Amino acid sequence: MAISAQKQSKSFTHRHLLSTEKLTVPEIEFLLDLADKNADSPPQAEKKRQVLRGRTHINLFFESSTRTQASFELAAKRLGADVMNMNVAASSVTKGETLIDTAITLNAMRPDIIVVRHHAAGAVELLSQKVDCSVINAGDGAHQHPTQALLDALTIRRAKGRIAGLSVAICGDILHSRVARSNIDVLNTMGARVRVIAPSTLLPAKPERLGVEVFTDMWKGIEGADVVMMLRLQRERMESSYVPSVREYFHFFGLDHEKLARAKPDALVMHPGPMNRGVEIASTIADDPRSVIREQVEMGVAVRMAVLEALAMNLPKSEAAKS
Amino acid sequence: MSGAGQMHTTTAASSRKPAGPTAFINARLVDPETNRDEPGGLYVKDGIIADLGASLRRNAPEGATVVDCKGRMLCPGLIDAQVFTGEPGYEHRETLKTASHSAAAGGVTTMIVMPDTDPVIDQVSLVDFIQRRARDNAIVHVHTMAAVTKGLKGEEMTEIGLLKRAGAVAFSNGKMSVANTRVMKNALLYGRDFGALIVHHTEDPYLAGSGAMNSGEVATRLGLPGVPKMAEIITIERDVRLVEMTGGRYHAATISCPESLAIIRQAKARGLNVTCGVSINHLTLNENDIGSYRTFLKVRPPLRNESDRAAMVAAVANGEIDTIVSSHDPQDADVKRRPFAEAADGAAGLETLLAAALRLHHSGDVALPTLLRPLTFNPAKLFGLPGGRLRKGAPADLILVDLDEPWVVNKDHLRSRSKNSPFDEAKMQGRVLRTLVDGETVFEFAAGR
Repeated sequence: MAISAQKQSKSFTHRHLLSTEKLTVPEIEFLLDLADKNADSPPQAEKKRQVLRGRTHINLFFESSTRTQASFELAAKRLGADVMNMNVAASSVTKGETLIDTAITLNAMRPDIIVVRHHAAGAVELLSQKVDCSVINAGDGAHQHPTQALLDALTIRRAKGRIAGLSVAICGDILHSRVARSNIDVLNTMGARVRVIAPSTLLPAKPERLGVEVFTDMWKGIEGADVVMMLRLQRERMESSYVPSVREYFHFFGLDHEKLARAKPDALVMHPGPMNRGVEIASTIADDPRSVIREQVEMGVAVRMAVLEALAMNLPKSEAAKS
Repeated sequence: MSGAGQMHTTTAASSRKPAGPTAFINARLVDPETNRDEPGGLYVKDGIIADLGASLRRNAPEGATVVDCKGRMLCPGLIDAQVFTGEPGYEHRETLKTASHSAAAGGVTTMIVMPDTDPVIDQVSLVDFIQRRARDNAIVHVHTMAAVTKGLKGEEMTEIGLLKRAGAVAFSNGKMSVANTRVMKNALLYGRDFGALIVHHTEDPYLAGSGAMNSGEVATRLGLPGVPKMAEIITIERDVRLVEMTGGRYHAATISCPESLAIIRQAKARGLNVTCGVSINHLTLNENDIGSYRTFLKVRPPLRNESDRAAMVAAVANGEIDTIVSSHDPQDADVKRRPFAEAADGAAGLETLLAAALRLHHSGDVALPTLLRPLTFNPAKLFGLPGGRLRKGAPADLILVDLDEPWVVNKDHLRSRSKNSPFDEAKMQGRVLRTLVDGETVFEFAAGR
């Protein structure tokens, strides 16, 4: 046990998982291998339940989320952790407490792992500097969403057998998307060729500097892609003059059969959810055999378990583990 | 210049009789595209220019109807890139039909109509409506600009991609400037993906305020609130920076002063996709013509002073003005017969566009092909239209012009439904004798009219 822990900790030695930016190929492979095992073993596997036994896991979501929070909760519970969901909307935050005070308060409760989602880019890293435990970024503004990128990578690897050399087209609201940024990091690190497709109004400045090919014409951008990853378009973008209407957006940037026909015949269709059927993706494509959207959710739990296990290896021994 | 995507040539009224092959001999051929200005002939067959040149000056092809031009000018029909009509919504001022008759009489073979209607042309179905009404009722080609923001409110952009597909040749906020910089930026940026041209009325609404005429001595003496030139200059300066930021395609609809021109000139030198137009009113009239509160000379941008006008003429002469437009804006007596500050803006101009422009030729300021270029070839290129040139295979949209015939404008004889011509009783030199659209004669001058 001690030996294997040591061997594994060589592969992922960080205290936090805040960003995908600096993850190396061995680190990503280590997490994906671990997640693969989780995905293949029945959820009630007895030994798994011990890894986080006696550990306190806090889900701190400043932005509402159903699937990510549930996914983390399930992952932590399968590993035997005590899980606490902080309902931030009803907490001291609405009473005017600053993020740092919240962090200090939580830290005093001695948690082992905090999973944080916040609407402001950089907020999770800021919080991580003020606590003694491990912090997992479950999404900070338009910056990062590391576990989403890892679960996407796992989904691709399981379906295609590899990531290196694949053409992945990420399409939609790149400007506001943390999913896009984390995916670009992971996919590029793993050797995929990444393209982004969006109207210019939904592209950030200098997107090509992220190491991607940029397209404003979806018919061209999707050509020959192995993977088509659609992003959610939020309705408020219409009111802010980023795009004129749902109708026009779907016409030019929604994934329908006509556009998908330009991709490879066995292209995977992905979506981080929640989907807007008829806005960024045609309903029939969401339910098409090429769609792996359901698998993504499944891999979400496996990947989050892997991340929790990896971080747990680097945690100081808990009272419960010692006894 | 990247041309527009697909071109929807709205064919003029289906009621026109098909004409057989026609040979125009003994003409003075003037073509702004090639700078041609020489004696020759031109042969029209199946609605297109089948052949032209010096060799056809005396020799008509077998079987053709021969028209002896008697040395008069034969040139491309004008493309007027800024025409307001009242259809839909204000048909009492002008319809596509009445505007097209006015156009044909003035030598205009293509009108680009503006989206300031009721409802505003901001949806695909309304672009379709204009095209259908034009096809059924107009005797010249009609293309439409679509609104760049919904309801011309300057807040949310329209479906630029779908509207362009439906045939909108450009996007404009009509008589309103887009004051919101972010909206303007997004329109240029989003429009760029579709190759869409944004045509902008450049007048900062806050600076212009309730101004009724050019700010200056005349306004002061008349006791009228003024619109400073700066309202235009600042907007163009801002827009050029936004083009630089976005890589969009931009056309300042009607500039009125040399400061604006300097900004456009620099933008072009920096390789930006920027062009500018000027209205015929600002080339031939100035603020003094307002005289004692003549509301027919109340236009937007306001008529400037004489040195501004002279600078605009000089800019036409050296090719810096990309389009000359009539800015035809029919207004009825009800809204014009009011105290100056309360009267509506706008001047009718389709029918007098060419004659007024010829003043610059007769005064010796501008050579003929140079004068015609912003009235024909340039707008064709800018809006992706096939006309505006004398070239084999081009549509036979042609005008035969007597450059010298003197006449006096009588507003009651104008074909426009509204009579608000700033040139009423003005002396003109040069008259359209015949106008052809797709080879069909849609207007022929009858003496005595």
